[in-house]
Amino acid sequence: METKTIAEVLREHPFVTGLKESYIHKLAEMALEVQFAKDQLIFRQGDESGLFYLVLSGKVALEATAPGRISRIQTVGETDALGWSVMLGPGGKTFQARALEPVRALAFDGARLRQLCEQDPGFGFQFTRKLLHVVSERLQAARMQLLDIYAPRTGGKLV
Amino acid sequence: MTAAVVSAPVLPPAMTAARVASVMKETHDTFTLCLEPAESEPLPAFAPGQFSMLYVFGVGELPISISGDPHEPGRLVHTVRSVGKATNALVNLKPGAWVGVRGPFGTSWPLEAARGRDVLIVAGGIGLAPLRSAIHEVLRHRDDYVRLMVLYGARSPKDLLYRRQLADWGRLADTQVLTTVDYGGVNWRGYVGVVTTLFRYVRLHPAGTTVMICGPEIMMRYVIREVEKRGIPPEQIYLSMERNMKCAVGFCGHCQMGPYFVCKDGPIFAYERLRPWLEKYEL
Repeated sequence: METKTIAEVLREHPFVTGLKESYIHKLAEMALEVQFAKDQLIFRQGDESGLFYLVLSGKVALEATAPGRISRIQTVGETDALGWSVMLGPGGKTFQARALEPVRALAFDGARLRQLCEQDPGFGFQFTRKLLHVVSERLQAARMQLLDIYAPRTGGKLV
Repeated sequence: MTAAVVSAPVLPPAMTAARVASVMKETHDTFTLCLEPAESEPLPAFAPGQFSMLYVFGVGELPISISGDPHEPGRLVHTVRSVGKATNALVNLKPGAWVGVRGPFGTSWPLEAARGRDVLIVAGGIGLAPLRSAIHEVLRHRDDYVRLMVLYGARSPKDLLYRRQLADWGRLADTQVLTTVDYGGVNWRGYVGVVTTLFRYVRLHPAGTTVMICGPEIMMRYVIREVEKRGIPPEQIYLSMERNMKCAVGFCGHCQMGPYFVCKDGPIFAYERLRPWLEKYEL
């Protein structure tokens, strides 16, 4: 069976579409392929986890926890990025991530990513732009969820 | 004691009497009614996407999309969400009850134009009902179409319509069915997030895809944005619109949207025709 290198796997991920080959190469150098079992927590709410992930396969739930309660906010899957907040520097995770099925991903150390962005502003700009897309999509999805568009309506008013 | 003989009610012109054959509970507030002809006269044939005006005696008349298989003649299937007095009365009818039926009315999904192409169906909430007829049609003539992709969003797992059918369709060759909910509980193993988030899991061939969308208007606007972002031209996008339809024949003006009457010129519109009017708040 043909085994792909990390660089080849990374090149197929939509997150890096449009990135210069040299940038993809730099990312591949710091990537580590990881796997999570079904129901395994990838990181917990409040964790100081410093990893950024590109999901290759499987489905991950982002969950908010409160005493006695877990709310599933969103799912991300293959082609998605996970843990973008590592780029903001150290700080507890605001959500927890759980593998809903076996998950394969590429993991990147957040501190090294930040360092690379600072050392190479060209890479930093392109990478941050990619992240901004992710953040913008999540924000738009969250706003749409808030609209509660499927709620029953009577006379133009939500009931 | 003599059993009371209930005769068919006196109907206004163009209305057909039908009997409720069955009422099936789909979700906590949504039901599927199967109507059969009252007498020997068959119920009219319909095209996917069309709607009927259903009259609940003593309560009122409602426009309801047809959700059944167009190739099952002699009966009409409608999926109804109980949100008010008339819809509540409709879903509480018992088998054997009478309803008045006018129609079918309106335009239909572009299934002829979609032959030889991929079909992308995007539905939100009860919007899956008028699209189910189109899905039936595609599956019945499966070789005439390339891939069938169904993206369906609902409020929560308990609001998902036709769950068993969705699962069955998803197992068919060249058919991809993705379902998501806005609010998922911990027991829900599917996707959580709005329907537009599902687009990243389908591979589209922009030039060869016909898109059919039905759901709340705001959802359709976001879906159109996603579809256009992926290079599908406006003339390949079709929407089912909903307005306050009363006469169903373009006479009363209740459902007017810009230059169109949704009951007569719609409910299915090519997005290109509707685009100037879609984002006008006053309409």
